[in-house]
Amino acid sequence: MPDLDLELAFFLLLNIAAGLLRIVRGPTPADCMLAVQLFGTTGVAVLLLLAEAQNLPALRDVALTFVLLAVLATVAFVKRFSVRSGEDGES
Amino acid sequence: MNEIALQWFSAFTLFLGVFFFFAGTVGLLRFPDVYTRIHALTKADNLGLGLVIFGLMLQAESWAVILKLLLIWLLALPASATACHLLARHALRSEQPPRTGAPARKESR
Repeated sequence: MPDLDLELAFFLLLNIAAGLLRIVRGPTPADCMLAVQLFGTTGVAVLLLLAEAQNLPALRDVALTFVLLAVLATVAFVKRFSVRSGEDGES
Repeated sequence: MNEIALQWFSAFTLFLGVFFFFAGTVGLLRFPDVYTRIHALTKADNLGLGLVIFGLMLQAESWAVILKLLLIWLLALPASATACHLLARHALRSEQPPRTGAPARKESR
């Protein structure tokens, strides 16, 4: 069912575009990082749907990397901007 | 007959997953503060991703593809949970405490 997969991938792309509004309106930097989180999960679903629809198996490897990089972006943000990080746990 | 039933079930699962993605995006845009937005995103979107991956597994042609899709979901679950916890702790420490109590007044956003 390549047609259905393509249509659903397009709808998820519209979802990502709507999530961009939160970056514009978001009052705190954490809200902008939430939009990055949305990009991570929804982008992975778009890539998997495209891999099935267009018969490109390499896109599944791209999706696997994307999951990893989305959480690394959040970790980098928290390490950079957290005011009292390293207070509990590791020093 | 069996193939057709499998395809319909796969399409149904894909639609359900995309609906959960849509619910997560609506929650991200409509909820009042950062904690509720984290809640909407990391729960609804992970369920949506799981359902989409399950629907794609039903269409997959080989066991290697099925295992790779399962691996992607098993990686996405702890990754998203970790990001959710880190963001919530960051927001709690640096910016504002979460609102407590009953929602007495009407929010306009």
